Amino acid sequence: MSTAVETPRRKLAWSGANLIVLVYAFIPVLWIVSLSLKDTGTLNDGKFWPSSPTRDSYSQIFNNPDFLRALVNSIGICAIATVCALVFGTMAAYAIARLEFPGKRLIVGVSLLIAMFPQIALVTPLFKIETAIGIFDTWLGLIIPYITFALPLAIYTLSAFFREIPWELEKAAKMDGATPFQAFRRVITPLAMPGVFTTAILVFIACWNDFLFALSLTSTSRSRTVPAALSYFQGATTFEVPTGPIAAAAVVITVPIVIFVLFFQRRIVAGLTSGAVKG
Amino acid sequence: MAEINLRNVVKRYPDGALAVDNLNLDIADGEFIILVGPSGCGKSTTLNMVAGLEDITEGELIIDGKVVNDKAPKDRDIAMVFQSYALYPHMTVGDNMGFPLMLAGVDKATIKKKVGDAAEMLELTQHLDRKPANLSGGQRQRVAMGRAIVRSPKAFLMDEPLSNLDAKLRVQMRTQVSRIQKTLGTTTLYVTHDQTEAMTLGDRVVVMRGGIVQQVGSPTELYDSPRNLFVAGFIGSPSMNFLPAEIKGDHLVSALGEAAMPDHVRQAVHGQASGSGVILGLRPEHFEDARLVGDKPGATFTAQIDIVESMGSDIYAYFSVQGSKGAQSAELDEIARDAGQDMSAMGEEITARLDAGARVQSGSPATLWYDTSKLHVFDAETGQNLTLGAGAQLAV
Repeated sequence: MSTAVETPRRKLAWSGANLIVLVYAFIPVLWIVSLSLKDTGTLNDGKFWPSSPTRDSYSQIFNNPDFLRALVNSIGICAIATVCALVFGTMAAYAIARLEFPGKRLIVGVSLLIAMFPQIALVTPLFKIETAIGIFDTWLGLIIPYITFALPLAIYTLSAFFREIPWELEKAAKMDGATPFQAFRRVITPLAMPGVFTTAILVFIACWNDFLFALSLTSTSRSRTVPAALSYFQGATTFEVPTGPIAAAAVVITVPIVIFVLFFQRRIVAGLTSGAVKG
Repeated sequence: MAEINLRNVVKRYPDGALAVDNLNLDIADGEFIILVGPSGCGKSTTLNMVAGLEDITEGELIIDGKVVNDKAPKDRDIAMVFQSYALYPHMTVGDNMGFPLMLAGVDKATIKKKVGDAAEMLELTQHLDRKPANLSGGQRQRVAMGRAIVRSPKAFLMDEPLSNLDAKLRVQMRTQVSRIQKTLGTTTLYVTHDQTEAMTLGDRVVVMRGGIVQQVGSPTELYDSPRNLFVAGFIGSPSMNFLPAEIKGDHLVSALGEAAMPDHVRQAVHGQASGSGVILGLRPEHFEDARLVGDKPGATFTAQIDIVESMGSDIYAYFSVQGSKGAQSAELDEIARDAGQDMSAMGEEITARLDAGARVQSGSPATLWYDTSKLHVFDAETGQNLTLGAGAQLAV
């Protein structure tokens, strides 16, 4: 194929294209970092780089107990929801990929339906239900809807990965004396790890970014997550918009996601190289 | 180590397809049994039923005196080697081999020792810390064998373990498999579609077709006295030549001309009406250059030789004979289809294996002799070998 030839010109064209994409993706991020470092006087000066960088916004948010509490809530709620969604999702996906059972198509159909359902339509009923059973404004009140909406995603991604794993490995595990659960845990799951990590990232980001449920199913800082807490930030006066602290908070909540992705990305690559089964 | 008995075993799939029909087989302790047949003959299904990977529809499977129909594979204490090797890609070679022991709760020191012993036997010692992805096909195959060996199971089940190897390696591994089995003395059930493997490895061979056992016997038995057309055509390479023929008094009339029947053949076809159709079976090595034979009893004919292949030790001569009379066998056609060959078009194509001293040339006519005492006569309708009883007497 002619595309295999790496001419300097082609290289240049690709570098240019990459640069455009990078600029497009990173300008807003850099802008928000820049905003978070500006002081109140230079906030609206229209310059890209802060002329006198200051940590005021950061010290302000880290001295705000509501924000710290929201950060703890976010991390806790998203981590628990991700773990639960992965555990249930892995088992459900395995069953869907490997077993024949009545109602299989129904389960797949329903999970697709949930994924497509407009969440805004569920806010009022969920609010009613949660106040009635007393889990409104609790961690559980957010974790349950998060798991519900993360499961279809988890099941779809994971069952695709499970289908890739040769049947014979499972038979071999059975012959080697494994119980079905041992085969699942020691042979199948390790091989599906790239899929599990991919799903973990997707589910965690989905929970972390949720604003709708976080806003409508909480009322105090007891269980309010960061995206919702940000909208309650107040300036020094009622008429002042706290742009600096909001920008700082936005930077702070991006950091865990980046760490999370970088950590799991390494595992994904490591997992894929071990995929070779037969020659 | 144990005996394995299959009693009237039937496998019927939920859609009604019959994979194995009424299979009876007694495997003695330490015996090496080969299941052989064309694809779809039920040999792998049989193996999977013994393994416990597939349910048995009817009948009994007895291992070591106990009925194990309803036992899970892990409770049957048998090891299996898969065609694809099915190594765990995320574990090292050592962990792969130790996996069954680890599951059985054996302590680490014992696992290490047993894995080490098996690795030494299979020449894998220096590869124990590598991952399967970094091994060659032959090494992977040996790891798969090792995983079966380490736990000293009651029996080995092997599902075409050599068919993913290249030809040279396959021959090497074949002898190694044979040596390992002899050393360990473990009952082994081995599935293959390759009749050479079947002939060279097995103590006894089970030939299957369409879910039905055709014949069980030692390789020599199958070769010398095949019970029917299918076994005769399947065992042996190059395969047996089949010719439609007609019985006329004491003579057999076929495309090779008229030949007097030897006594045992005459007795065997005694019940057959004169003029009825039969199928003649002749192995390639029972032909010879007429000049080299002397006056041994037999029949001669002249044919135009198409192709001559010299193997050094032997000469293969290919030719076709005209003017066939006698029965067309639906059975023979069906077998040809099973074997994936179009035998009806080459119904009179003959392969002969001649002595290296034979003077035959492609494109020239040659006078060939064939040994009528080694002749097999099959019923054209049923495909049964009519000369079987008589042939066996002759062999004794």
